[in-house]
Amino acid sequence: MRPFLLVFTALTLMALAFWAYRENYATQSALRETQQLQTEVAQLREALTLQKAEWAYLNRPDRLHDLVALNFERLPLLPLEPGQFQAVADLAMPPPPPSMIDRPLDLAPLDVQGILSEEDPL
Amino acid sequence: MIRAPLRPLARILQARAKGENPDVIERENLRLRAEATRDRARARAEGRLVILGFAFFCAFSVIGLRMGVLASTEPVEPKAASSGAEILTLRSDIVDRNGRLLATNMVTSALYAHPRQMIDPARVAAELTVIFPDMNAEDLQRRFTDGRSFMWLRRKLSPEQVQAVHDIGDPGLLFGPREMRLYPNGRMAAHVLGGASFGAEGVNAAEVIGTAGIEKALDRRLRDPALAATPLRLSLDLTIQAATTEILQAGMAIMNAPGATAILMDAHTGEVISLVSLPDFDPNDRPANPTSGDPADSPLFNRAMQGVYELGSAFKIFAAAQAMELGLVNKDTMVNSNAPLVWGKFRIREFKDKNYGTLSVRDIIVLSSNVGSAKLGLMIGGERQQAFLKSLGFFDATSLELIEAARAKPLIPARWPEIVTITSSYGHGMSASPMHLAAGYAAIANGGVTVTPTLLKRDRVPEGTRVLSPAVARTSIDMLRGVVTDGTASFGEVEGYEVAGKTGTANKPRKGGGYYEDKNINTFAAMFPASDPKYVLVVTLYEPVDTSGTQPHRTAGWTTVPVAAEIIRRVAPLLGLRPIEPLAQDVLVPAGN
Repeated sequence: MRPFLLVFTALTLMALAFWAYRENYATQSALRETQQLQTEVAQLREALTLQKAEWAYLNRPDRLHDLVALNFERLPLLPLEPGQFQAVADLAMPPPPPSMIDRPLDLAPLDVQGILSEEDPL
Repeated sequence: MIRAPLRPLARILQARAKGENPDVIERENLRLRAEATRDRARARAEGRLVILGFAFFCAFSVIGLRMGVLASTEPVEPKAASSGAEILTLRSDIVDRNGRLLATNMVTSALYAHPRQMIDPARVAAELTVIFPDMNAEDLQRRFTDGRSFMWLRRKLSPEQVQAVHDIGDPGLLFGPREMRLYPNGRMAAHVLGGASFGAEGVNAAEVIGTAGIEKALDRRLRDPALAATPLRLSLDLTIQAATTEILQAGMAIMNAPGATAILMDAHTGEVISLVSLPDFDPNDRPANPTSGDPADSPLFNRAMQGVYELGSAFKIFAAAQAMELGLVNKDTMVNSNAPLVWGKFRIREFKDKNYGTLSVRDIIVLSSNVGSAKLGLMIGGERQQAFLKSLGFFDATSLELIEAARAKPLIPARWPEIVTITSSYGHGMSASPMHLAAGYAAIANGGVTVTPTLLKRDRVPEGTRVLSPAVARTSIDMLRGVVTDGTASFGEVEGYEVAGKTGTANKPRKGGGYYEDKNINTFAAMFPASDPKYVLVVTLYEPVDTSGTQPHRTAGWTTVPVAAEIIRRVAPLLGLRPIEPLAQDVLVPAGN
């Protein structure tokens, strides 16, 4: 019994050492990966800030004003006027959809195939 | 355990036989027993001490070993610590009330030189002047070769410039990372934002500090690492700010005014929606503070806050409102307004030496009678007048979150004789900024409860103090509405928005004392719509002249009021205010039972 226990303990110890060795390297590579990702996140954040700044710069009121003036012929944009407020009732509603049937109905009896169900279809 | 008997019979009998005292034996035995007990206790205590000493020894060894390990290893930051936005941005962004960017940070480079490591200083100096035309090649070469080991060349470089400097290819030219403040909208809201520059500078980093405006006033908040990722949200609306600036700029040009300011404020929350002061500047390239001349002529001068002047007749409504609040008059009370009013050595006159005779309180406001207001002021009395103006905030600097606000205190006479009571009732003799006036009008528009102006978007409005009863505030608004419909501000009518307001024309004070006859500071303080005031607008033009007619007009009614009306016409729809339909007079409304 005793030798068996000794061998078993030794084997367990070796297995644990192997596990700890692998864990150590796995941890180190995970840390390296985290650092890489963090650097990438930082770079992307920096790029995002720059793009936000550029977006704000391109949308600055002065430039939009000039662009509207330059393209007045194509998009006649004018400042918002008080008269542009309207009641919902005054809004032009879309015209009623055109009728699907645009020729006189053929009133001849139709042949209908199928079975009339007793049950309520709804 | 069998204990040894204290009185062993054999020895007792022996002792008795010898005629000795047997008690001696008992005492002897007792002594021996006590000694044995003592020895056992000592041994146990010694054992305990050894164990305790060993434990202490172990604990101190562990601490000592740990200290040794810490001292002998390289310091390394724990790698797994998360890095968020706070590490990247040192200063939080500033956005407007809708989240549009007003100020942000950009990563750039600073250029410095190690002249001793330079291979060819002459060539470097020549090539640097090609990239930066304002540098002087000879000067640079002299400084590169005078033996210094370090010098700054540029604080901020554009990416193109960085590349060009790289292309010089000299090891003595080095770059340091920099985070610079960027204002993408250029001149927009320049006086609010102020500007930023570098504080303590090192090769690897530089501190960005605010130099003026909200950047300086809220510097601590903007630099707080815990709040770096949360942008600072202002109450300004960029669209409305842009529209106001555009119209004010055009109005300033038409009215030949060298300066102008406009404040648009939410009458109920005190949020400043737009604050324009012209001329303005570009905060990205903030000009240096003026060292000579009048600081008020510099574009850095924030007229809305720092322009502390006598604001004139716009103050009359405060006298009228207070007189009504105190129950001294109502809007129809007739007041003897015969001009001129002689008070000691002073003569109070009307505009163009008119004489209105006896006027109702409403007409004093509508026709802007100095004498009538003076009479109201005298009825109120100096002490009560001071207390009222103080409660409206005219005696203290405004609470606005700008560094300039705290420094721009109103000019209040030290003593308050009756002549000051008279002049203050029509806006002379004491000076305040347009922002003070806006806060005062907001109190009337808010139904008589004061509001605290702010530049930050508010979620919760701090409770103000009631200075006027709702009924008096209502009557005051109706009187101001009368000024526009049949008084001095007739150009202020904007269809659908029921503008109510009061003009103010004051002569500009001379540097040495006295006033300029032909230089005015014209103010129009307005609120709209009159039936339920939501916004307060104060427009001030400095030294305007309307030259469109045959003779020049310098009063507020001719100069500032049309500009203010145009601002309201343009801005009110942007604020989402629907024009109010004029009520048809002949429609009978059936009474509900």
